[in-house]
Amino acid sequence: MATDPLQKTNPEDRAPETAAGHLVVFDQVVKRYGDHVVLDHLDFTVERGQHVTLIGPSGSGKTTILRLLMTLERISGGLIMVSGKPLSHMAGPGGSLKPASEKYQREIRKKIGMVFQQFNLFPNMNVLQNITESPVNVLGMDRAEAEERAEELLDMVGLREKITAHPTQLSGGQQQRVAIARALAMRPEILLLDEVTSALDPELVAGVLDLLREIARTTDITMLCVTHEMNFARDISDQVLMFDSGRVIESGPPEKLFGDPDHERTREFLSAVL
Amino acid sequence: MGDFYSYFFDHLPNVWSGLWVTIEATVLGAIVALALSFAFGFMANSRHVLVRGVSRVIVEFFRGTSLYVQLFWLYYAFPLLFSYELTPLFCGVVAFGMNYGAYGSEVVRGALNAVPKGQWEAAVALNMTPAQRMRRVILPQAWVQMIPPFTNLLIQLLKATPLLWLITAADLTTVIQQMRDRTGETTWAYLTLLVMYFILAYALTLLMNLLERHAKTRLGQHTSARSLLRSRSAESAEKAEVAQATGGGG
Repeated sequence: MATDPLQKTNPEDRAPETAAGHLVVFDQVVKRYGDHVVLDHLDFTVERGQHVTLIGPSGSGKTTILRLLMTLERISGGLIMVSGKPLSHMAGPGGSLKPASEKYQREIRKKIGMVFQQFNLFPNMNVLQNITESPVNVLGMDRAEAEERAEELLDMVGLREKITAHPTQLSGGQQQRVAIARALAMRPEILLLDEVTSALDPELVAGVLDLLREIARTTDITMLCVTHEMNFARDISDQVLMFDSGRVIESGPPEKLFGDPDHERTREFLSAVL
Repeated sequence: MGDFYSYFFDHLPNVWSGLWVTIEATVLGAIVALALSFAFGFMANSRHVLVRGVSRVIVEFFRGTSLYVQLFWLYYAFPLLFSYELTPLFCGVVAFGMNYGAYGSEVVRGALNAVPKGQWEAAVALNMTPAQRMRRVILPQAWVQMIPPFTNLLIQLLKATPLLWLITAADLTTVIQQMRDRTGETTWAYLTLLVMYFILAYALTLLMNLLERHAKTRLGQHTSARSLLRSRSAESAEKAEVAQATGGGG
């Protein structure tokens, strides 16, 4: 890469860490849909700069974790902390916690970006507008600066020539690369990747995964991925969490989890998907 | 035939003034209806049960009572109650606006809900404010879905304007009725009326098709020039649904 559009964040700009130093903390998190318990008193932590992959059978609650972090879902119980601040709660009367207001959530959401399985590009905007819309209208960035940065990001994802194209004119892989550029344009500290290759034709998967490997290698963005691509998980992860029935049943570095898992359930799952 | 048309062309200024009243009632009624469609449509999607309830009651009331009776009520009953007389055109615009606004609010509500949920989620992930999500992402996509049903409602509104005759507004129908009474040429008078309403309705359809094409182009969907001439049909509605389904799935 000629330029580094991702520019590592200046350490001084960062929010103070929590006492324990964790960037993300899930503390006894419960998510229920009616009677159906998706996350069952879940505890885990993510450190700054870590690449964490969530694996496990479908319906085990992996995607729900990302959706809770992105505030797309309401938490049913417990607490999520990001950079030492509660994500969906704010200080209420007498030191208690009450559900966060929209304004509070927007403040904390600044740190987080997400890439979706279905890309979700805005069809009423072209590629450039998709990428610059929020930097300009949400971050208040100067339009010329936002466009310059969008061009750098499009260079990075290899789609500079598609800058004026409409999402409908792009292949799935191209759309997903634009969606990645769009998320990075907001300079998130945490990037959530929700099965980002699951909707792609097989021949387009490698390009997107290579791009993500590149981002993982060259930036200090903290990444949380839900994926069924075990090789990709092995390559980029510092930490792999094995999920089943709304709980983490095993976690560890990829060599350990893929090489010599402790848990019988993990072994079964891996032998089924590898 | 000769009698009617010689009378018709001798009194063209009357025709124009009748036509003007019809156009005025249609355009003003449509503007009121459009504003109410959005107001009640947004209210119907509100988080607050009271706001939803108010919208529901108003919409159901205007959908459930006859336009004909509403006009009579405004023109004849309202002055008795409030000792204030409304002009026929004003009554028409209010009644048409309320009535078609009630139907239109369902169009707005449906179109807003038809935008794929992923669009809202992406807008949240990019940290847009609720107003930005609506204005920049949801509404431009919902608008395209609204135009075809709005076209239908607009044409229906135009075709309801002859009711103005009943409350003594001198609209196109009233003027031609008078010419029929003078000349006794029932066949030709009503045939002329049919043709004139058809031309008006078709002009509105073309206008709305242009609007739809413009809105679709902004979403990167392209429509052929020929489809502009087509009246609203089942086929194009179907195509819109297919486009939406495929667009949503990427």
